[in-house]
Amino acid sequence: MSFIDADKRKFFNEVKEKSRQPIELCYQCQKCASGCIATGFADYYPNEIIRLVQLGQKERVLNSSSIWICSSCETCGARCPNGINTAEVMDALKEMAIAAGMVKEKNINLFHNTFLNSVRSHGRVHETSMMVIYKIKSGDLFSDMDVGLEMFRKGKLPLFPHRIKARGKIKDIFNKTAH
Amino acid sequence: MKLSYFPGCSLGSTAKEYDKSARIACQALGVELVELKDWVCCGATSAHSTNHLLSIALPSRNVALAQEAGMDLAIPCSACYSRVKKADHVLRHDGELRKEIESIVDFKYNGKINVVSLLEALVSQVGVEAIAKKVQKPLKGLKVVCFYGCLLVRPPEVTNFDNTENPMSMDNIVKALGAETIQWSYKTDCCGANLGLTSTKVVQGMVNRLIEAAKEVEAMAIVTACPLCQSNLEMRRQERGTELPTFFFTELIGLALGLPDAKKWFNLHLINPNPLLQSLSLAD
Ligand code: SF4
Ligand code: SF4
Repeated sequence: MSFIDADKRKFFNEVKEKSRQPIELCYQCQKCASGCIATGFADYYPNEIIRLVQLGQKERVLNSSSIWICSSCETCGARCPNGINTAEVMDALKEMAIAAGMVKEKNINLFHNTFLNSVRSHGRVHETSMMVIYKIKSGDLFSDMDVGLEMFRKGKLPLFPHRIKARGKIKDIFNKTAH
Repeated sequence: MKLSYFPGCSLGSTAKEYDKSARIACQALGVELVELKDWVCCGATSAHSTNHLLSIALPSRNVALAQEAGMDLAIPCSACYSRVKKADHVLRHDGELRKEIESIVDFKYNGKINVVSLLEALVSQVGVEAIAKKVQKPLKGLKVVCFYGCLLVRPPEVTNFDNTENPMSMDNIVKALGAETIQWSYKTDCCGANLGLTSTKVVQGMVNRLIEAAKEVEAMAIVTACPLCQSNLEMRRQERGTELPTFFFTELIGLALGLPDAKKWFNLHLINPNPLLQSLSLAD
């Protein structure tokens, strides 16, 4: 890609390298967007995200909600005639947004952190405590109370976590993969 | 035959009925599922959204355990399946990353075991005809749509089983059980996955679209192979009545094979499937 601005080039190269996707090949056929049901609820279509990356628009891309609302369904990549797996690009962009402190969808990122903390301490997610912690931290206390209680009554939300034996090993994996 | 079994976190909680029905249905079909000892969570969307290396390393630990057990690894949850399958794909094809992962997880990858979805295991190891032969109570009159969701078939270069745009494996099993499957064009759409808790509105939009489409083709129920799809489809729709319950395909196998436990699973659903089954004389 030719750029007039070194920062823009740098951003493009970073995304390309981190996502391992041939982003430069996108010719805006929009097949990805026509199959994407998630970004109907967010700010950019997947092809727009790719185009913005091609143009080195760091702020706009990292601040977008689309990268978080993407549900990683992989429809876009499966259909892309140029073999661009946009879901992988979205993941790379989320990591970069976190590193840059530009997380648009704070609750989604909070959910991921809460989830992974649960895995780090037990080796498995303990859904009950994970949901409670998420609810408290996000301040969204009362939605889903009814389903939550119903699941609890049906024995689907166990009170105690199942702790695996090799927790040391799991902590190790977390530590060694930490940025 | 014996397979290693990785149930994943949801099958111990919100999708208990999937775990129970999977184990019992497999047993009845002559497949022994041996739970992977001390398995670890696959990291799900949260790992791959925030830390690529972790998202490969965590499920690789399960690949290592399955390798130790020496049996192919069958996974019922589509989300877990997709993460472990992806890790196995990376270990198999990316030499550089493999070395890094081997040192992080502390094992040596030998590529000898295969990672398969439980659906694939049943189709390829037992076979649709063999399943049909075991049917005691054909699911006559039951008209359903099969919902594969995202991750059983995508990305195609990784999953490599069944058709990406029009998968048929679950339809074929359900037909073998005596039910009717209706074709619809939403088979591999997304249910909203783990956005359910954080972006409820988005998921409601996605789920309602699916429910409307299923009603349009006059399905009586939806069949899935994924705990996340099942709970979103039952939990995130506009109104929760008794109509259009969502079954796990293993529950339908259990029902058609006449396994006595089936009743207990159905009581765990948020949308009670009993009225539908009773109206077709498939349950008492
Ligand atoms: S499908 Fe591929 S080539 Fe077409 S617009 Fe999307 S990313 Fe670009
Ligand atoms: S993976 Fe994300 S961007 Fe691609 S189609 Fe699915 S939701 Fe849209």
